[in-house]
Amino acid sequence: MKEELVEKYFRPGRLPHLWCPGCGHGIITGAIVQAIDQEGWSKDDVAIISGIGCSSRASGYLDFNTANTLHGRALPIASGLKMANPKLHVIVVSGDGDCTAIGGNHLIHAARRNIDLTLVVFNNSIYGMTGGQYSPMTPVGSKATTAPYMTIEEDFDLPSLAQAAGATYTARATTYHTQLLIDVIKKGMEHKGFSLIEAVSACPTNFGRQNKMGAPALMMDWQRQHGVPLAAWNKMTEEQRAGKFPIGVLSERTDRKEYTEAYDEVIARAQAAL
Amino acid sequence: MSLKLITKRCKGCGICTFFCPKKVLVITELNKAAIAEGKENDCIKCGQCEMRCPDYAIFVEKEA
Ligand SMILES: Cc1ncc(C[n+]2csc(CCOP(=O)(O)OP(=O)(O)O)c2C)c(N)n1
Ligand code: SF4
Ligand code: SF4
Repeated sequence: MKEELVEKYFRPGRLPHLWCPGCGHGIITGAIVQAIDQEGWSKDDVAIISGIGCSSRASGYLDFNTANTLHGRALPIASGLKMANPKLHVIVVSGDGDCTAIGGNHLIHAARRNIDLTLVVFNNSIYGMTGGQYSPMTPVGSKATTAPYMTIEEDFDLPSLAQAAGATYTARATTYHTQLLIDVIKKGMEHKGFSLIEAVSACPTNFGRQNKMGAPALMMDWQRQHGVPLAAWNKMTEEQRAGKFPIGVLSERTDRKEYTEAYDEVIARAQAAL
Repeated sequence: MSLKLITKRCKGCGICTFFCPKKVLVITELNKAAIAEGKENDCIKCGQCEMRCPDYAIFVEKEA
């Protein structure tokens, strides 16, 4: 990311950030900033709401309207903000643990309501902040401090989960595929309705080390090897797909009403009845 | 040289050195990215280091 953007959008004096060497979270935070910059929005018209976790620390570095809230509860707080001021561009930053474990119920209901929020999930496959416990998105067969003999639970396919719950835009990219990541975040911000972007990150400290993935650059190279652009993915056999995942815009639909607009209709009906 | 390094921010993760197609960058003994000796003019300004630096510590400057 260009230094001009750091100067424009980061709170002064906060760098270097506290993320570990090679942590992917800085790249995702940079991608969000670049997507916002491309929109040309005023900083006052943007809000960044996060939960708790290493990923959720992103909001504290950024010079927008921000709130670092409660573990798993960023979406309800962001929903309240959006209801109170539908003109704000509300971006929610969350971790795989924050979003799909403690915050899983909030996720499905925000998606079901199709409220116009852009949720960026920093998926590093682990609870980074608390020392490497497995999350619902830790790939089955991984080691974690809570699974020294490997996890036996299937991990969520997050975009599919969000689609089934009613999200009207879902996408996935990785920190290796940085330009794609910026593009899919930007499209998600432009989409009216609930958008979920899974940003595949790396936690060298608490996932990489336990799973012998090597240096941060090798974890990023793993992303290069396993993230497959959707067009190529669609031509692959089940066997070829094993262990890999599609990247790009995975779903987009416009047939569902957005929640704050539906609520405006409730207000109009109530006023007409007076 | 078109590269600018903000050494104070660099944590020596090695992502830029690994992905640089011209092997312009190295990690020094002080655990910081630096331009390798003799590679000062090899940078092709592809921007891969800037794009993937998690610490915003390396930039490809536009030449005047
Ligand atoms: C109510 C509550 N329960 C548990 C915690 C402890 N806790 C802090 S962060 C975290 C998980 C973070 O993992 P994730 O959301 O994947 O983010 P990461 O740190 O990996 O970026 C947990 C369990 C907490 N802060 N609050
Ligand atoms: S513990 Fe993991 S997620 Fe947290 S800052 Fe370190 S590398 Fe990043
Ligand atoms: S711009 Fe490209 S060639 Fe130049 S140092 Fe960075 S990665 Fe290497």
